[in-house]
Order: sequence, then structure tokens, then C-alpha cells
Amino acid sequence: MSLRVRMVVLAVGLLGLAAMLVAAFRKLPGFGGSWHPYGQRAVETALGRHTSNVIASINFDQRAFDTMGEQAILFGAVLGTVVILRTTRDERRVEPEPARVPAPLRRYALAVLPVTLLTGLYVVAHGQVSPGGGFQGGVVAATALHLLYIAVDYRALQRVRSVPLFTLADAAGEAGYPLLGLGVLMTGASFLENVLPYGTLGTLSSGGTVPVLNAAIGLEVAAAVVVLLAQFLDQAIVIESEDGEQGAGSVGDGDGRRGEGGAA
Amino acid sequence: MSILPYLVAGWLFLAGCYGLATSRNLIHAVGSLAVCQASTYVLLLAVGYRRGGTAPVFSDIRPGSRPVVDPVVQALTLTDVVVGATLTALLLALVVQVSKRHGTVDPDELRELRG
Repeated sequence: MSLRVRMVVLAVGLLGLAAMLVAAFRKLPGFGGSWHPYGQRAVETALGRHTSNVIASINFDQRAFDTMGEQAILFGAVLGTVVILRTTRDERRVEPEPARVPAPLRRYALAVLPVTLLTGLYVVAHGQVSPGGGFQGGVVAATALHLLYIAVDYRALQRVRSVPLFTLADAAGEAGYPLLGLGVLMTGASFLENVLPYGTLGTLSSGGTVPVLNAAIGLEVAAAVVVLLAQFLDQAIVIESEDGEQGAGSVGDGDGRRGEGGAA
Repeated sequence: MSILPYLVAGWLFLAGCYGLATSRNLIHAVGSLAVCQASTYVLLLAVGYRRGGTAPVFSDIRPGSRPVVDPVVQALTLTDVVVGATLTALLLALVVQVSKRHGTVDPDELRELRG
């Protein structure tokens, strides 16, 4: 198909889709209206279970089973990335070279690292009370670790970040979620039902099983992000092909390599 | 106009589709897919919006004192963001391997290599 024919087909398709979307949008309830039957019931249920963060209550209590599927997708995507980006037979691993980092950058990153880590853990732990939860806090906590790469160099990060350990943590978080569900089943309740005492609204111990499932997700997400970034950073820094060409070379995805531009 | 936010979501989706279809670089194609996904965030949040509403979190407001926006679509958006981010990582990993094996990230050249 020539480029011209392709563009015509594309234009027809996009215009048709646009017309159908507009027709569908006109039938949607108006923007900003006060009619939210599901939202209202979700808020009532969440407050009835003493979870002040309604979104956490939906994700880890009212729709806990769906979240199990979602975290399985997360795990599957990480697993796929690890398999795709493994060191192949015609590649070898090289020692990353130490890099010089400007002193102010190093001081700043090292000062921010513990704060970021603490923020991540705080966000995970307070998921049932205030905005946040395992998904968001996990990412923040995983980011904290990578400040070491900014502050020192890749070797420092490698020393702290044991990929097998984090892979194990990822799997533990992934397995912990359905295992908690099975544990609930043992008590005679339904799978993933909120069986723990609801506690006092707005306190750390509120929400029943919500904080427990939150912690499992937080562990999984933090470990997943560390493992994912490890795969991509290894591609850019550690893995090179047998003929000495680093990464994919010609496409220029090695721009993130340390030591070229100084402070990345 | 009360359907403007929905139209923005539709426009984002179509822009992403256009990017996907005309892409000359697989990394750009993955980015276009992310734009398509962003349209679903806009649509979901627009559906859940309520005039004068605040966040559905009762850590600092008394329940019932203010209207809140729909928390169900916000939870769906959270799901969407997480899945979208990891899927983007998976696709980018595929692009890395494609560029290593074939030496190009142009989808048109890839077709020529096979044929």
C-alpha cells in the first residue's frame, strides 16, 4: 500500500471514529453533574468500613479481586521485560566505570535519598488514610534507591541493589496478595473479604485488610520498579555486544550512559 | 459546553492513533500509544467530576460536609496508570531488542527486512 492510500484509509478511519465518539459523548451524563450512583455507594461503603481514603477502599476492599488481576499484569509485564532484556549469547557484561559527580549534586542527592525513601514508606503506610497507597508509595520508594546512581555512580547502585533479592521481593508481593485472600478464606469468609476489625476512621490501624493488601502491593511495586530500571540501566551501561558496541549503539539509546555528559 | 472535556479525551485518542499509524520510529510509536492511554485517564476523570466536588478522601474533611468527585473512576484511572506504565516498559524492551537484531527502529524498514 502506498503512503498516499495509507493516509486516505487512516483519514477515513479517524474521521469515522471521531463522528462516533462525538455521538457517544452527547449521550453521556453532562460534565460536572451530581448524579454518581456508583461513586455515592462506594463512598458510603468506604465510610462504613472506616477507610477515609475511598479510592484505597475501592482498590483493596470493594474491588480487591480486580486489583489482584491488575497486579498480576504488573508482574507479567516485569517478567516479560526481564526475559526480553536478558544478556544474550553474543553479549557480554562489562564493569561500569566510576564517574565523577559534582560535589553539590552529590551532597544534594545523598541528602534527599533518605527523605525520599521515608516519603515512599509513609505514602504506602498511610494509603488507607490519606491520598496514596502501595502503587504510588512503591514507585517513590524505588526512585529513592536510584538517587545513589545520580549521587555516586552505577557501581554504588549495583552494590545496594541486588537484583535477585528484589526479584524475590517482587514475587513475594505478588504471591502475598492471593495468599492473604486464601488466608481470609480459611476464616470462613469470602475470598479477599475485609475480615479484620475496621478500627477508627482516619487512624493508621483503620480499614481492616486494606493496609495489609496495600503493603503487599507496595512491596511488589517497589521491587518491580527497581527490577525494571535495572534491566534498562544494564542495557545502557553494563551489557555490550561481543564486537564491543555498547547497547543498541546506532539508534542512540545509550544517551543515558554515565561518564559522557558528567552529571546526568 | 458540558461535553468539552469528553471531546478533549476523544481528540487525545485520535491524536495518539494518528501518531501510531504514521510513526517512523518504534519509540515514537510507544509514545503515541501512551497518548492514547492518557485519553482514557481524561475520559474517566471527566466522567467522575462533580461541580464543586473535592477529592474523595476524608482524612481532613468531615464526611457529608462537601460533595466529592466519583472515587470509582479514580480507582480505575489508578489501575490504568500502573498497567500503562509497565506495559510501556515492556514495549520499550521489545524495541531495544528489535533495534539490536535488525539495526533499525523504523517500522517500514522492518517490513522490508522480512520480505
